Amino acid sequence: MAARTAAVVLGVLVLVAPAFLLSGYNLFQLTMVAAYAVAILGLAIVTGYTGQVSLGHGAFYAIGAYVTAILMTDFALPYWATLPIAGVICAGVGFAIGFPALRLTGPYLALVTFALAVAVPQMLRAKALEAWTGGVQGIVVTAPDAPAGLRLSQDQFLYLFTLAVALLLFGLARNMLRGRMWRAMVAIRDQPLAAEAAGIDVARVKTRAFAVSALFTGVAGSLGALAVQFVAPDSFSAELSIALFVGLVVGGAGSLPGAVIGAAFVQFVPNIAQQVDKSAPGVVYGMLLVAALYFMPAGVAGALRNGLRGPAPRRSAATKSTTKPQGGTIHVE
Amino acid sequence: MAYAPAETVLAVEDVAVRFGAVTALDGVSFRVQRGEICGLIGPNGSGKTTLFNCISGFYRVQRGAIALDGQPLGGLKRHRIAGLGIGRTFQNLALFRSMTVRHNVLVGTHPAGRAGFLDSALALPRVRREEAAASLQVAEVLGLLELGAVADQPVASLPFGTAKRVEIARALVNRPKLLLLDEPACGLNHAEVEDLFALLRRIREHFALSILLVEHHMGLVMRICEHVVALASGRRIADGTPEQVQRDEEVVRAYLGTPVAHVRAA
Repeated sequence: MAARTAAVVLGVLVLVAPAFLLSGYNLFQLTMVAAYAVAILGLAIVTGYTGQVSLGHGAFYAIGAYVTAILMTDFALPYWATLPIAGVICAGVGFAIGFPALRLTGPYLALVTFALAVAVPQMLRAKALEAWTGGVQGIVVTAPDAPAGLRLSQDQFLYLFTLAVALLLFGLARNMLRGRMWRAMVAIRDQPLAAEAAGIDVARVKTRAFAVSALFTGVAGSLGALAVQFVAPDSFSAELSIALFVGLVVGGAGSLPGAVIGAAFVQFVPNIAQQVDKSAPGVVYGMLLVAALYFMPAGVAGALRNGLRGPAPRRSAATKSTTKPQGGTIHVE
Repeated sequence: MAYAPAETVLAVEDVAVRFGAVTALDGVSFRVQRGEICGLIGPNGSGKTTLFNCISGFYRVQRGAIALDGQPLGGLKRHRIAGLGIGRTFQNLALFRSMTVRHNVLVGTHPAGRAGFLDSALALPRVRREEAAASLQVAEVLGLLELGAVADQPVASLPFGTAKRVEIARALVNRPKLLLLDEPACGLNHAEVEDLFALLRRIREHFALSILLVEHHMGLVMRICEHVVALASGRRIADGTPEQVQRDEEVVRAYLGTPVAHVRAA
């Protein structure tokens, strides 16, 4: 028990320390890692655990960000109050998307959700909604100041606030992703028919998983909007959805630490690629991505769990049953 | 528990299923009594698995009715069937490959639980209560099926015979009234079939349930079943004790396609 308490205290110290060691852009980057980690955690719930591939989670992130921006500017709500509202609205949208998703699997579902990722930025640009969304111009979000009495800079407070919300959501997710509902989700991913025969209401679990997933990613969008202090359609292009998916796969789909590692990849690797070769950062990014997947087929989290085993084993009859990665991979039916 | 044909657990009445122009089941009727082990036999394509899929709600019957303990199953959603007391296994194993043995069997306790996403996220007391109850039930079934030693191994690493027992454990853990086994002996070696024979008896005694099994292994069917129903081309051709069905001319013809006299002579 004492060791556990010590580990928790040490962990919190390590997470809080950057607020006082880093500043400016470096600290902002860590704030974004925390926000992306929540977004990828949301994606993990529906894609990693339940096995429904979504290439459209950037849309939920965008909706969450805009809900926060609109509520703060047009309705003068305090920043913290916008988070639960963004979460509930995104859960509603996710639930609605979950129904057509029931009829689709694998690549078909991936394409339909990708259509959502393409459509949402254009809808945000639409003239009809301009009074609220600010059209192409977007909305400037006033960053929250630290509550009076806390001697923290705005950057420090934003980091600590984002960190606190992320820790809360990871805590809730950890509870959710074990026990009865975790089993139901993984059962649906592995063997939907057997899951139904075991009494699991597959449609209900899938639509709810979609809603919960969208809730997490939506709140992440809110956090991102506060950190960036600006929302505009171009910030939420389809590339964002792809980036979240890449983060999920690189980190290790279906693991909580994987979401954090994936978020770090999403935040830092494009910058690293930029530094390596300014003329073709996409090529460097692609190579780093391929290398990550080649050496760690179950994601970084999977590799840490199983030990680095080198490239994915070729599937021969002899190794088939013993070398299957345990979780962490995405199964496309 | 002695075999006492008293009450009907499963009533199949005049069930018909067509797939396009193919008639898979054509007016099949029979009953399974409480505590009975009933064998469903027939050549390939005779409709055994189709009938299983009707009972477990995967196919809709186009005519006729199926009732469990007097409650009609027609029109129920598939996932409700398990909660009413029917557990099943699959012809080709259908285990949750990324889970351990224990978690696979825990999935079988799903209908007994109520905790949803929100209860779980908030770790409400109900969650712990339900998990504790589920763990106890799983431990009992794992013990009975001699799976305790492999409980925390991933199912992907198990030998085939053991994996089949995990599937039976998953179907049993919610204490069904009726257990549907689709070719439980398929792929097992001689010793494993003997173990299965003993296991099915043990399960029936322990849980006081009825078993309906589809099986090609005639030795197993004839030794373990009190009641045998034979299908051919989607129709019931015989229904009775193993001895009666074995002697039935139509059954012999369906299996061997030769006159009875010739078979006797051989």
